[in-house]
Amino acid sequence: MTHPPNAPAAPAARSTAQAPARPAGVPAQPSPAPGATPPAGRSAWAVGRERLRVATTTEPGRLQILGAVLALLVVAFGAVTAFQVGDRTTAADDVVSRSQPLSADAAAIYRSLADADTTAASGFLAGTLEPAESRARYDRDIATAARLLVKAAASTDGSGESAREIATLNEQLPRYTGLIERARAANRQGLPLGGAYLRYANQQMTSILLPAAERLYEAETVRLHKDEESARTWPFLAVGLGLLTLAVLFWAQRRTYARTNRVFNHGLLAATAATLTVLLWLLAAHTVARSGLDDARTHGQESLQALNTARIGSLTARANELLTLVARGAVLTEDGKNDKYEAEYTSSTDTLTDALATARELADDDAGRVPVDEAAARTAEWKQRHKDARGKDEAGDFEGALGRIVGPKDSTGHSFDQVDAALDRALAHEQTEFTRSAGDARDALTALPLGALALGILGAAGAVLGINRRLSEYR
Amino acid sequence: MPNGTYPLARRTAQRFRGWGGVAAMAVACGLTASLTLLPLAHESSDAAAVPGIAGPGPGVGTGVQIKADTCDKPWASLTPSTADGPSIEAIKKRGKLVVGVDQSSYRWGYRNPETRALEGFDIDLARAIAKDILGSPDAVIFRAIPTNQRIAALDSGKVDLVVRTMTINCKRIQQVAFSTAYFQAGQQVLAPKLATGITGYDTSLKGKRVCTAEGSTAYEALEEKSFGALFKDEADGTKDDKDLLTVPNQLDCLARLQMGEVDAVVTDNALAAGQAAQDPAVELKGTPFTTEFYGVAAKLGNDDLVRRVNQVLVGYRQGPWQQAYKTWLEKDLPGITGPPAPLYK
Repeated sequence: MTHPPNAPAAPAARSTAQAPARPAGVPAQPSPAPGATPPAGRSAWAVGRERLRVATTTEPGRLQILGAVLALLVVAFGAVTAFQVGDRTTAADDVVSRSQPLSADAAAIYRSLADADTTAASGFLAGTLEPAESRARYDRDIATAARLLVKAAASTDGSGESAREIATLNEQLPRYTGLIERARAANRQGLPLGGAYLRYANQQMTSILLPAAERLYEAETVRLHKDEESARTWPFLAVGLGLLTLAVLFWAQRRTYARTNRVFNHGLLAATAATLTVLLWLLAAHTVARSGLDDARTHGQESLQALNTARIGSLTARANELLTLVARGAVLTEDGKNDKYEAEYTSSTDTLTDALATARELADDDAGRVPVDEAAARTAEWKQRHKDARGKDEAGDFEGALGRIVGPKDSTGHSFDQVDAALDRALAHEQTEFTRSAGDARDALTALPLGALALGILGAAGAVLGINRRLSEYR
Repeated sequence: MPNGTYPLARRTAQRFRGWGGVAAMAVACGLTASLTLLPLAHESSDAAAVPGIAGPGPGVGTGVQIKADTCDKPWASLTPSTADGPSIEAIKKRGKLVVGVDQSSYRWGYRNPETRALEGFDIDLARAIAKDILGSPDAVIFRAIPTNQRIAALDSGKVDLVVRTMTINCKRIQQVAFSTAYFQAGQQVLAPKLATGITGYDTSLKGKRVCTAEGSTAYEALEEKSFGALFKDEADGTKDDKDLLTVPNQLDCLARLQMGEVDAVVTDNALAAGQAAQDPAVELKGTPFTTEFYGVAAKLGNDDLVRRVNQVLVGYRQGPWQQAYKTWLEKDLPGITGPPAPLYK
């Protein structure tokens, strides 16, 4: 109501005076008719329903729906491919730039620790005054191990096996170096107690530190294999969606052909081509990536593992060879029949020889075989020289044995250094092989996510255009 | 002789229990010791006979008669003689005496890293023997042999003699020929000087962590009577042995002691003296609670060589021994007045 309830009296008086023709009580400006909007809303809803009904029953409507579905499918295919391949690219990248380096670092931790132990024993045998070179090498080894431990700790998730082993290593390393310093101090005074400390340190190394480092290496290698597996897994969802999209596209084109007798619809053809390209690209890239990873595993990782085992074998053999001279028969095997260190030397050289044979088999090219053969030849020479030295020692010629083991020329120490250098070259070669193969695998996938997305959008546009073209025939 | 300082009452439960007293008398009697010794030794050996048969039985061989005979007094050796025999002649022909020694027992047989020369009580004795046979104390080739190779080295002819803190016992006299005893040792407790609570092999060891070498006489003694000391590792004798309380070598015990991982060490006092010599903060506690004799070993059957060594020892006991003792051992193993008296078969 536009008028207040008390208003009629005065206007009525005025109206009678000025405009007697107007009936009293009738508003001058009638308010808009109430109830007009609700019927309009109901009709919009109804229109929508009506449209849908029309769409499913009339050809233009069906075409619109088909166009939408096709566009959606093609885009979804592109997106899922991009997503799933992106995942695998990340995993492959992890293999190359994270988990394999970590596994290699863990091996390097082991190697540094074992080398430190060997170097300490070797410096010890040189007499009361440790050579500066040997001291520097020991310091370098300990520093390397400590640095890599920090790196390993930073990239571990704080729980789980790796973290536990890293904690053990961090706790025990200072204790080990403490024992070595005590051994040095006693040795400098010419006390045989130094030998006892050195043996104690070696025992800590071989019974606590090295096993922990080995478990860390294993844990990191498991992680590497996990990353490798995720990179290798087929993207089934993307492939399935691709096939489905192709099927729907094919059906849509058959339908168009059946109704219009036109063989080609350019838009739909473009969509099909885009989908097919993505699908083929996906299959090809993934196959290449898998074969790259296979290569990295068989030629790289397995070779690296064999070479690492060989290197560890050579390091422990050297440490035990030196300890044989430090202990001078004071420590015997469990059965009390043989020198403990001599027995362990023998088993370590066996490990070395076996691992070298495995590495030789795994080496896939001459560049890989040459250093392995060199290492094997030097190992044979080392064994021969060791036998010589043992003979001297057993004949009571300790100085002669010492010269053959830590002497500057033609000594087993020389052989050991040569074996180590050859293994170093072989490891570097296999590491390159691994990084290259795994890198190839990653690179095969790198461009695919973006390409899949772009082609998906292009394909969707094609589908929409193709359908629109048919649709326009109805207007 | 160390035995003059040991009260008779302490010498209980030991294999050669009569020997301490016997030897004490030997000190008093001087050169006539061997005369008084025989009946006393015989008397004491009756008591020792039982462990002598039951203890080292497995290695003693088949003849019960022989075993009983020889084990009454395994330290009894052949009478001294200067007569040349085939083994002496072989040594003279070679011009060098080959002696198996230790290279890592401080004060006994040890290569001084500074001089690169072997030195110690055993080394001096070996040189004295070489001087007697070949005329020069340097006419000797030392061969370092591990403990377990002592007998094998003699058997194979690798060495003529072994002078390497080798204890004469019933088992070994079946395998090698020993000279007369040149040193008397015994198991003793070693602990830090500040550890005044530890007074020796007694109840003061209760609850203490005691380190011994695996398979040593000291370990066996603790197994028999430990006074409540902790001396076994959890996984002893297996691969998981942590080597905390039982270690491969007696010297490893000193490292554990310095690290504060054990409270005391039980070992041969001769070797313990070598440990104390390397650490002024530790000392031998109480008195030895076993009696062992060290002898020079030769291949079984090389009687002329054994007699010759015994002849050397006769002279060696008259001064050179005391000199060597003073040089190498007195500081850490004080109170020994002389070598054990020889006993002949």
